[in-house]
Amino acid sequence: MNRPTKLLNRKTAGYSSLITFAVLLLAWLSGFSSRLFAVIRFESIIHEFDPWFNYRATAYMVQNGFYNFLNWFDERAWYPLGRIVGGTVYPGLMITSGGIHWILHALNIPVHIRDICVFLAPVFSGLTSISTYLLTKELWSPGAGLFAASFIAIVPGYISRSVAGSYDNEGIAIFALQFTYYLWVKSVKTGSVFWSAMAAVFYFYMVSAWGGYVFIINLIPLHVFVLLCMGRYSPRLLTSYSTFYILGLLFSMQIPFVGFQPIRTSEHMAAMGVFALLMAVAFLKHLQTVLSKTEFKKLFIAGALIAAGIVFLMVVLATVLGVVAPWSGRFYSLWDTGYAKIHIPIIASVSEHQPTTWFSFFFDLHILVCAFPVGLWYCIKKINDERVFVVLYAISAVYFAGVMVRLMLTLTPVVCMLAGIAFSCLLEVYLKEDNTVSIPKADETDEPAVEKKNLYDKAGKMKRPRHDNSHEANGLGSNLKSVVIIAILLMLMMFAVHCTWVTSNAYSSPSIVLAFHNSHDNSRNILDDFREAYYWLSQNTADDARVMSWWDYGYQIAGMANRTTLVDNNTWNNSHIALVGKAMSSTEEKSYEIMTSLDVDYVLVIFGGVIGYSGDDINKFLWMVRIAEGEHPKDIRESDYFTDRGEFRIDAEGAPALLNCLMYKLSYYRFGELKLDYRGPSGYDRTRNAVIGNKNFDLTYLEEAYTSEHWLVRIYRVKKPHEFNRPALKKQERTISSPSFVSRKTIKRKKGYIKNRPVVVKGKRANKK
Amino acid sequence: MVVDIKQVVTKFYDDYNASTSKKLKVVDTYLGFILLTGIIQFVYCCIVGTFPFNSFLSGFISTVSCFVLGVCLRLQSNPENKSIFQGISPERGFADFIFAHVILHLVVFNFIG
Repeated sequence: MNRPTKLLNRKTAGYSSLITFAVLLLAWLSGFSSRLFAVIRFESIIHEFDPWFNYRATAYMVQNGFYNFLNWFDERAWYPLGRIVGGTVYPGLMITSGGIHWILHALNIPVHIRDICVFLAPVFSGLTSISTYLLTKELWSPGAGLFAASFIAIVPGYISRSVAGSYDNEGIAIFALQFTYYLWVKSVKTGSVFWSAMAAVFYFYMVSAWGGYVFIINLIPLHVFVLLCMGRYSPRLLTSYSTFYILGLLFSMQIPFVGFQPIRTSEHMAAMGVFALLMAVAFLKHLQTVLSKTEFKKLFIAGALIAAGIVFLMVVLATVLGVVAPWSGRFYSLWDTGYAKIHIPIIASVSEHQPTTWFSFFFDLHILVCAFPVGLWYCIKKINDERVFVVLYAISAVYFAGVMVRLMLTLTPVVCMLAGIAFSCLLEVYLKEDNTVSIPKADETDEPAVEKKNLYDKAGKMKRPRHDNSHEANGLGSNLKSVVIIAILLMLMMFAVHCTWVTSNAYSSPSIVLAFHNSHDNSRNILDDFREAYYWLSQNTADDARVMSWWDYGYQIAGMANRTTLVDNNTWNNSHIALVGKAMSSTEEKSYEIMTSLDVDYVLVIFGGVIGYSGDDINKFLWMVRIAEGEHPKDIRESDYFTDRGEFRIDAEGAPALLNCLMYKLSYYRFGELKLDYRGPSGYDRTRNAVIGNKNFDLTYLEEAYTSEHWLVRIYRVKKPHEFNRPALKKQERTISSPSFVSRKTIKRKKGYIKNRPVVVKGKRANKK
Repeated sequence: MVVDIKQVVTKFYDDYNASTSKKLKVVDTYLGFILLTGIIQFVYCCIVGTFPFNSFLSGFISTVSCFVLGVCLRLQSNPENKSIFQGISPERGFADFIFAHVILHLVVFNFIG
């Protein structure tokens, strides 16, 4: 009896590791390939805005070496200020792809750095799903881990930030986040210094990759704090947290951009406070074991409370005294959602900082958003040290995701994990076979004992679970079971279909190349106006030409056209952006003063009125006005740009300030002559569905330099003062051409003569003697 | 009162001497030494100032983390805690200790400037 079981055990162990391996491999492959829509439909190209900067910085690092990259002063950005790039980036992304590039070249595989940048995020998504598997395995069971790994491989909430070409910090940061959490949970479980030191190392990687590391350094102390409050202190907690904190603190200060923030800003103070608290608690506990008094419990609680109070007071005091910097605006806006709107329009202007709608929860997570409370409930029901962690993770991530669309990304992994747990538990109940020794029990909600080896994996291939050690069978009919299983499988299938659909339709557009369907002949047209215009800039302007545009396009101009920009997506200097906003929203004359003071040579605007592209500058215009108003309240007032009835309209009834501002003129210059339709009126703006209000005007201080094919990008040259101060003459009018011009320097060739030529009569000097 | 405290302290000292193994005593001496170093650094920074802030930080954090790692080592190698730290023998604890120290001091050297 004993031997066959052992044999069976070994056999199933082999099978289970094979299945684990296969599922993870498939998850990696499917995750990788579902991120390739953009590459297949368009080309291997860097997307959007921020990735262009990351790409440029990576290319710089590969060319000039790491140390030059750290010392890089970029004079092409933020003219005339410049930007110290090495000190103001999270270099993890660049170092990762630069490292891959270096390794591949050391192996004589000549890959262009651009391709590495494009495919970095899809590759890392596979690593993310593996680390999610590991984390879920630590939290629940390997079966749930496999579910979670397959979920996170294809869930749209994560794909939205990691499609091929979306070369951004988040692509590698989610992997670092999940792996740090895995190591942390592992170290809490074992109390091993090794695991927590590894957690600190991966925390360091996370710090180098993304500003979201603050989430880790607040969540883990929160976990420790809650464990302490629940009376779950153990020496394991002490070893893991203290090692992690002190090493992580030191490591995180190695990133130039982070600097001394971990000991100076309020965001990091919670971690330090919990560290002190944990030390105090450990000390008291130690005293307790040594002294072993009966009344120690009271003393301990009082001491812990006093210690917590002192730490809190010290933090508050230090903040008030100015030793510790208060919370920065971005973090304030996490607590008070109205804060950014009132005080920092530049943060509120970014669409991904808006609060999340209910719709997007379902759009990004589909069935998982319904399943994850179930997993949460399971975790709370069978609570232990590490499940406290995942509960806290879920709660805080749900809150943050509700505040900002962008932070949906931090919610996605935990939703996948908890939904994995939920589905695993469901299948555990319903996949159990009845032919064991069955004592039908009435309460079927009672979970079966957690099996050591779960062989379930994702929907496609169900494996029969090992049933020889299950002592409990629930009295469900096989019909009911199969119905439920089929329903679950259908739901999972719909989830996969939904994920693919969302990925292909919503998240796979590079946004610098636009595609639209022609309804007449069902063909797909490509609008390549952005690259066309940037290429024009790079070929037809002076190398040091300064291009003014709204900050959204700063990185693209720098990356593709390689020209100096005034403001870019880094948005670190609000007043500089406000100045550009002021130039855009004043009249041509006033903005000319600003533009000459900033040495602007070209102005670039994005105009979507011809093709109906809604993300153009006129639609962003109110944010320019708001940001400008924040810095120059005397010159710019938002109310001037609305009609009397408070509408923002561009047609004849629009506010005069709007119809005469620079942005309006640059967008609609010569647009009044354009007839898009035979029947429609001329100057009809398709994006805003209106005929423009100010049609025939001329530009005095600027001249049109280039307009791309679909008018999407318009570039204007700023005239120099001598070009408009006097009446302009064309070149032909300026010089008087004489077709038969002959030099009169030689007498011999003299052909003509002058009529009535005065003749000099030589006279004699009067002799006055 | 004073007698009471004195009694407690002497009892504590006797207990410690009697029940603690030699290895743990070595670790305790090490911890005392580290604590002393930390106090000296703190006093120094109070008197002289923290001018090369990164150097001060790296020095101070290095002592704090040495102390913390020492405490971890002591906890893990204490035979009383064997049931809590399952699967971590004193040897394993010491190896972890060395590993953490290696990565710690690599970074400290980098940071000290």
